[in-house]
Amino acid sequence: MKVLVPVKRVIDYNVKIRVKADNTGVETANVKMSMNPFDEISVEEAIRMKEAGTVEEIIVVSMGVQQCQETIRTALAMGADRGIHVKSDEDLEPLAVAKLLKAIVDKESPELVILGKQAIDDDSNQTGQMLAALLGWSQGTFVSKIELGDGSAKVTREVDSGLETIEVDLPTIVTVDLRLNEPRYASLPNIMKAKKKPIDEVAPADLGIDTAPRLQTLKVEEPPVRQAGVMVDSVAALVDKLKNEARVI
Amino acid sequence: MAILVIAEHDNANVQASTLNTVTAAAELSGHGAGDIVLLVAGSECAAAAEAAAKVAGVSKVLVADDAAQENALAENLASLVVGLAGDYSHILAPASTFGKNFLPRVAALLDVQQISEISAVVDGETFVRPIYAGNAMATVKSADPTKVITVRTTTFDPAPAEGGSGAVEPVDAGDDGGQSRFVERAESGGDRPELTTARVIISGGRGMGSGESFDLIEPIADKLGAAMGASRAAVDAGYVPNDWQVGQTGKVVAPELYVAIGISGAIQHLAGMKDSKVIVAINKDEEAPIFQVADYGLVADLFQALPELDAELAKILS
Ligand SMILES: Cc1cc2nc3c(=O)[nH]c(=O)nc-3n(C[C@H](O)[C@H](O)[C@H](O)COP(=O)(O)OP(=O)(O)OC[C@H]3O[C@@H](n4cnc5c(N)ncnc54)[C@H](O)[C@@H]3O)c2cc1C
Ligand SMILES: Nc1ncnc2c1ncn2[C@@H]1O[C@H](COP(=O)(O)O)[C@@H](O)[C@H]1O
Repeated sequence: MKVLVPVKRVIDYNVKIRVKADNTGVETANVKMSMNPFDEISVEEAIRMKEAGTVEEIIVVSMGVQQCQETIRTALAMGADRGIHVKSDEDLEPLAVAKLLKAIVDKESPELVILGKQAIDDDSNQTGQMLAALLGWSQGTFVSKIELGDGSAKVTREVDSGLETIEVDLPTIVTVDLRLNEPRYASLPNIMKAKKKPIDEVAPADLGIDTAPRLQTLKVEEPPVRQAGVMVDSVAALVDKLKNEARVI
Repeated sequence: MAILVIAEHDNANVQASTLNTVTAAAELSGHGAGDIVLLVAGSECAAAAEAAAKVAGVSKVLVADDAAQENALAENLASLVVGLAGDYSHILAPASTFGKNFLPRVAALLDVQQISEISAVVDGETFVRPIYAGNAMATVKSADPTKVITVRTTTFDPAPAEGGSGAVEPVDAGDDGGQSRFVERAESGGDRPELTTARVIISGGRGMGSGESFDLIEPIADKLGAAMGASRAAVDAGYVPNDWQVGQTGKVVAPELYVAIGISGAIQHLAGMKDSKVIVAINKDEEAPIFQVADYGLVADLFQALPELDAELAKILS
């Protein structure tokens, strides 16, 4: 089967982000960018399926500015087969991304789309579910285990009360959680090979999708900072503070 | 137009997350939106519907009682909600794994951009939500005719569970689309308080070194009536179950007292607990970033500090 893996370019998870002085957003100039960590897990899972012989082709898609092609190259170096770059200089909201992905699914007919459960920049946690709805497909979200079967898949989901297992009909949408696998690093020879793998570039208009935003960001601010506390020098002093100063025990 | 809140419940009772979401809905009513209607979709859920009708501020409870809604499968629940959506200006669900799973489907089918995990209501169309693991707060205004919203439960007080007298009205639960099937649920459960509603939480990190050493936390948690949590590293290492994870991609908590043991304080962890009222950190590394958000910090080896803490608590609590 064919698998589609959407990968988002985001500020690296190790970067301490800064809010712009004019409160219009977050500073992205000269900031390290990487593939959304959840999407690395999706790419890894698709590659393992290919290695197991259940998947023939892995297509990665990234949407956004020109540099998204670097993110696509990273996935190609890990082992994906080809890339699609939907080029846009506008901020794309999850609904727009889901519509663009639907247009690509309609063309490519994958049987499985694996997305991250959330992008660590907007923390939306929406795109996979939206894509499933637009396609009228089943979904398995926040998944820590996937077992592909004939015409269906069994997925284990990380939910607030523990783990839930459901069976979903194929084609399906899966969104991955952190414990599904540990993504590999690309080897040097594979990075070289990836340079020759094809990346198609398309514009949202080519796909016939209106990506006009529905949300207007009025301002972006720093969260309130906590006041620095005190260090105590013993467990007894700690308990005393909690009882007599903070009065929480 | 009225506000529709999708209740999270276990067929017998409504979950606390529903009460927090009702409070967010009440704030919308205060800004000119209409009455609050609760949807209880489940199977043999009459008791949950009755409990929902008693929640203060709820004017009506719609009950969709059918096997098709038994396990909150996203496909069936979303299509039920979309069928009801026409009567409402706002559709809300808690930002728990329950709400996050199905509500974006509703939004997409209504051609609406969902507003995820709001932490404040500015007015009927403007909301504050955390982005970048809570390191920035965005104020966003929605241009969509229907607002589809998940609610960060820790920033809205629970609505009183008693005092309301909503009318209970059955609605058609819709068909089972049959695209997905429930297989099983493994709940780690236990008789400790739930993480998201506990007054006190004690969390352990990679510093605990093993699952067994969480036994050192247990008697302390017992004495304080605390829930137990963990960092991602502790969960990934297999020390404790996944539903203990606190953080950007785990649970968001805001107890009166949060105690972090052997946790370094990565931003992804802080994202889930920095709104706690009082934070205590015990770590052997005085440079650990967790101390920057702690009200009380203790530099110590946890294997020594935890038994001591247990003994001190035994003294004052006896
Ligand atoms: C996409 C993404 C999402 C993430 N989401 C989350 C999330 O939701 N929640 C989360 O927690 N993390 C999350 N993380 C992981 C996060 O970045 C950190 O890796 C993690 O929080 C570290 O856990 P830790 O503090 O337990 O471990 P470490 O960072 O390894 O810290 C262990 C601490 O224990 C101390 N210690 C060791 N031995 C002792 C001892 N004997 N006595 C006292 N102290 C001791 C050490 O000094 C150290 O500070 C996420 C990461 C990514 C990339
Ligand atoms: N611009 C994008 N390009 C490619 N994939 C995306 C993009 N935005 C979101 N996604 C996918 O959708 C997932 C969830 O994102 P979100 O709904 O924004 O939290 C991500 O992990 C990606 O797999």
